[in-house]
Amino acid sequence: MTGLARRKETLAGYLFLLPNFLGFVAFIAIPVVFSLYLAFSRWDLLSGAAGIRWNGIGNFIDMVDDPWFVDSLVNNIVYTFFAVVFSLAAGLVMALVLNRKIYGRGVLRTMYFVPYVVSMVAISAIWMALLSRYGPVSELVRRFGVDPPVWLMDPLFAMPAIISLGVWKQAGYCMLIYLAALQGVPKELYEAADVDGGSAWAKFRHVTLPMISPATFLLVITQVISSFKVFAPVQILTQGGPGRSTTVLVYHIYRTAYQNYRMGYASAMAWVLFALIFIVTIIQWQGQKRWVNY
Amino acid sequence: MKHRHQRLLRTSVISLLAGVVGLFMIMPLVWMISASLKSEVEVFQYPIRWIPRTIRWENYREVWAGVYPFGVFYLNSIKVTSLSVIGMLLTSSLAAYSFAKLKFPGRDQLFLAYLATMMIPPQVLLVPRFLLFRNFGILNTHWALILPGIFVIFGVFLMRQFFTSIPNELSESAIMDGAGHLTIWARIIMPLAKPALVSLLIVSFVWRWNEYEEPLIFLNTKELFTIPVGMTLFMDEFETRYSLIMAAAVSAILPVIAVFLAGQRFFVQGVVTSGLKG
Repeated sequence: MTGLARRKETLAGYLFLLPNFLGFVAFIAIPVVFSLYLAFSRWDLLSGAAGIRWNGIGNFIDMVDDPWFVDSLVNNIVYTFFAVVFSLAAGLVMALVLNRKIYGRGVLRTMYFVPYVVSMVAISAIWMALLSRYGPVSELVRRFGVDPPVWLMDPLFAMPAIISLGVWKQAGYCMLIYLAALQGVPKELYEAADVDGGSAWAKFRHVTLPMISPATFLLVITQVISSFKVFAPVQILTQGGPGRSTTVLVYHIYRTAYQNYRMGYASAMAWVLFALIFIVTIIQWQGQKRWVNY
Repeated sequence: MKHRHQRLLRTSVISLLAGVVGLFMIMPLVWMISASLKSEVEVFQYPIRWIPRTIRWENYREVWAGVYPFGVFYLNSIKVTSLSVIGMLLTSSLAAYSFAKLKFPGRDQLFLAYLATMMIPPQVLLVPRFLLFRNFGILNTHWALILPGIFVIFGVFLMRQFFTSIPNELSESAIMDGAGHLTIWARIIMPLAKPALVSLLIVSFVWRWNEYEEPLIFLNTKELFTIPVGMTLFMDEFETRYSLIMAAAVSAILPVIAVFLAGQRFFVQGVVTSGLKG
């Protein structure tokens, strides 16, 4: 390549990148740096830019004594655990069914998947109605002669209600990923298992599960990350209540920043969220060698 | 013969069970549609009457021509979603061409910087963006939603992956013929990437359309609200008048369902290949 051609390519490279790069700097890179700085500052928004005070690791120390933060963290872990386990299990069952010869496969796939495209706000509205005092779920329970709780205001049932909403939305997504993985399992493996006289369960346990483990791995990572960020259903349905029983990190961050205007503390908590996601992902990358087959 | 019958029976039974599961999955949506066409009294009749005694289209009129301008929320959502998605596809595919097909100093380091920020949750960016937008005077305008919507690293990443899979011979022979990079991008790469572009388009459309946190935080003038935040106004206003809330929910969901059903193949493709975003 001549020097001129190389210079032209370099120039083209920068020019093609430029529009996106400007936006990257303005809306991602600078905010990231600014947010890091705020995480170590104390700042009430109402005091203006001059009111920013360096606070060292003060924000992170405050978290330990902040019951809302501690409960948010615990609730986040509870939500994530159940939402991920149930979404994956439901998604796998649906994918296994769709992977067989059955009637109406295309329609069924659409039915399983459609909740995924519905917005969290709309789903929350539906759940609010379904779970209201005289809603269908309460009526069903009354049929069994049991007095139903006020689901979303009951410390015992509010969190399961939020979890069920998340599972309903995400199960179809897991189904889709699992289905793609199942279709990639070579038929010969099952035929070999047939020759060995393996039972259906043995085939599932020793052929299917190991062969789709990369999909499971991908799903655990993406679903854990998205579950950690749960916000809309909590903000709309329970406002973290009753008490603090359904409060989660993003909701606590939202309240701290936009209702109490404590921008520094909110930023610090946002970075804790990042650190959690990061650590969980790293641990899974490390652990995958033991159970994921490529 | 008997064997075949048995298999047929088995397939039928499994299909039936699968159908029951499918009905269970769409039941909340069917209930929503049914409730949206009922009178308030009928909404909570039990056992559920799936087909309303009299269909009340008035619920929709009340939503669309009532206290809040639902039509305006619609236009806002269409404007914000389409501008950010188009801007995203355009700037992402340009940047992706640069990352995938051109050599220049600093390219790999820059791409690494892009990748590094991909794991940062958007919640980290909400506070600084809020402050930035306030200083630029674009807080409480649609730009506060459109601009962050354009610069989504994920789009660059996905397009780059796809462009890398396109053989270089195609563009090299075009260079021999004296074509510039803009021509190659527009005439060779983009047409080849059409399926990937459509997938990204549909997936991003659905994500942007459903976006809730950004408009919630960056907007406070009701006339500027997009549908998800607009929805919450209805929920506050109508409180327990669920037939109206469900009519609003149906109206909010309809475009997304339509886009999904129309481009299902591409949407599924996009979701499966991207995999990365929950």
